[in-house]
Amino acid sequence: MQFANGSAIDLSQVPSVPVAALAGAARAAREQQQMLASLQMLDGRLLLLLADAATGRLSARSFELAGARTWPSITPAWPAAQLFEREIFERTGARPEGHPWLKSVRRHGPGLHPFLRAEGEGVHEVAVGPIHAGIIEPGHFRFQCEGELVLHLEIQLGWQTRGAEQMLLHPHPGRRLRAAESIAGDTSVGHALAYCTAIEALSGTKVPLRAQALRGVLLELERIANHVGDLGMLCNDVGYLPGSAYFGRMRGDFLNVMAEISGNRLGRGLLVPGGVRFDVSEEMLARIHGVLAKADRDLNDTARVVFSTPSVLSRFEGTGTVTRAQAEELGVCGVAARACGLRADTRSDHPVGIFQFAHVPVAVAEDGDVMARSTVRWLEVLRSMQFVGEQLEQLPPGPLRVAQGALRGSSLAVAMIEGWRGAIVHVARTGADGSVVEHKVVDPSFRNWKALELAVRGAQISDFPLCNKSFNLSYAGHDL
Amino acid sequence: MIRLLKTRLLQGRRTVDFPGPQKLPERFRGLPVLQPASCANGCRACADACPTQAIGVEPLKLDLGKCVFCTECMDACPQGAIDFTRGRYQQSFRKREDLVLDRSEARLAGALDKRMRSLFGRSLKLRHVAAGDCSGCAVELNALSNVVFDLGRFGVQFVASPRHADGIVVSGPVSANMRDPLLMAYEATPAPKLVIAVGACAISGGPFAGSPEVTGIPAQVPVDLYVAGCPPHPLTLLDGLLRMLGRL
Repeated sequence: MQFANGSAIDLSQVPSVPVAALAGAARAAREQQQMLASLQMLDGRLLLLLADAATGRLSARSFELAGARTWPSITPAWPAAQLFEREIFERTGARPEGHPWLKSVRRHGPGLHPFLRAEGEGVHEVAVGPIHAGIIEPGHFRFQCEGELVLHLEIQLGWQTRGAEQMLLHPHPGRRLRAAESIAGDTSVGHALAYCTAIEALSGTKVPLRAQALRGVLLELERIANHVGDLGMLCNDVGYLPGSAYFGRMRGDFLNVMAEISGNRLGRGLLVPGGVRFDVSEEMLARIHGVLAKADRDLNDTARVVFSTPSVLSRFEGTGTVTRAQAEELGVCGVAARACGLRADTRSDHPVGIFQFAHVPVAVAEDGDVMARSTVRWLEVLRSMQFVGEQLEQLPPGPLRVAQGALRGSSLAVAMIEGWRGAIVHVARTGADGSVVEHKVVDPSFRNWKALELAVRGAQISDFPLCNKSFNLSYAGHDL
Repeated sequence: MIRLLKTRLLQGRRTVDFPGPQKLPERFRGLPVLQPASCANGCRACADACPTQAIGVEPLKLDLGKCVFCTECMDACPQGAIDFTRGRYQQSFRKREDLVLDRSEARLAGALDKRMRSLFGRSLKLRHVAAGDCSGCAVELNALSNVVFDLGRFGVQFVASPRHADGIVVSGPVSANMRDPLLMAYEATPAPKLVIAVGACAISGGPFAGSPEVTGIPAQVPVDLYVAGCPPHPLTLLDGLLRMLGRL
């Protein structure tokens, strides 16, 4: 069954076949370079959700698990499935037979997460976390090293697990929305937009144009703020403090513009199923234009200095390389994928909302290293600045919000939004009475943590903080 | 070098004067002020609209420890009995019960006792522990150290190890998996020590209250300062810290 991003289909339209067909379907999808949007349990069956950038369509197929509740793992043929299969196993006990490393994703306990160990003369293990040195989220990193050289890194997460998906099913609609905004705090707008898009698809709600534009503006401001902040942190990690101080300060400028529009520096409180809650007045627009013009000048000035400083470039270039083949194989998304030359961007591959009418050019770099990820971020800052400026100049008139209709029963909705890290996927299913009974969230970090593990292989362990920051993945978004 | 100096000049001085009058956005959602006198009999519009069950009626009360500052209550109230004031970013409290606002003036955080002030008043080192937070609070805690808010000028600093710290800052509803690491970090902090709970999640569970995956801050970790918000603005954090140190 094929359908568009941001739309809903009847569950009865999702073909259901025996699980023996899964391997073939996965192989074909990989050959056609489709994206594994999700592999999850839905309504007691295994759901394979694919996104095809070539046609701009999504497809859903479900597979019946026989009594033994096992299936031949597709991970060996398509490594992008590795964490999805582990998640299903952890949550439901259904087992992907032949999965190469079937260990826990988020559950902790004795024996649940063994680490691969290197042995030999001069080989030692470095264990870091869950609590790290700094204002960072918790996670456990286990390095196998030979001297300073990293042979292997394994990342164990799950420390932040707080029941975010369960809260998306809370009886109070306001609570569901606030939980969506709190899936990953630095991606409040991205996840709120994905959540609202899924609910609007299920209820057939048509969001007014002005609201679509304002949502897009906030999503891109969120992207700019985070990219700028990360460029600052990257400078910090190579000891280039002017870049750290200036970019760090400018991040706040964009958070303040988000607060100007939404009342909250993370953009919370603006989005609601059906539209947005606040408008921007002419006076506010003039103020925002002024701030953005100044920020544009400051950003370009600082970027010129940073990207021409040899000590910065020599640390960025050739550090933490992920190859294009690895990225393709692992289903890496977002900035990390585009930094390896993959042109994957939900905004142009599967546009919803304002991105159906306004195109943001895809930023790509080739080398897959810290430099490439920094370059992609910087290009995206420039392009998003242009997008925000254009949208604010020509905001369509009209209402901000329409009433959300009733949700259709026994349906499936998929919403994919390009958050600043990459593709955010929300999959919601309603029961016969129209209430949402399953809501699956795939944060871009879920797809990308493995790439960080590979990026530091063969590197000096002292490069880890720099590599880590160049991805800047969300623990909370992964852990849910 | 010349280029860098030009950039430095262009950047100018960005640090905010604190304490002092602050420029906050028009829509900034500050400390709510309640007027229970205007409530209509039997009306529970605000309580029903609240996503985190922070509001009680008859008489009207609002638990700022649960509040995520979405202002749905203000929108729902036909009488205008709840107002999230624009400029009042001061939202820190010393006692949990003080977070429950009613018609009286909010009992904002007071200073530590004389001994603790003499120990920490001019130099306070803190260790942050994220315990199931969405990273929203971490964003604002990080912002405290940038050139705008410049926490360091007040002698307050975030450090890498609990052993170097005078206190811990907890954000997040305390996920089951982070409960033990949090206890270990607290125990590793030398006494006397402070605990600061930042954000609705750390204080009450926030949007995750009631989730089977969260436990709340354990009773063995007594909280000295509650900073309300979702997340609290950096100015709110700054205000709370300096209030506690008796420097405001």
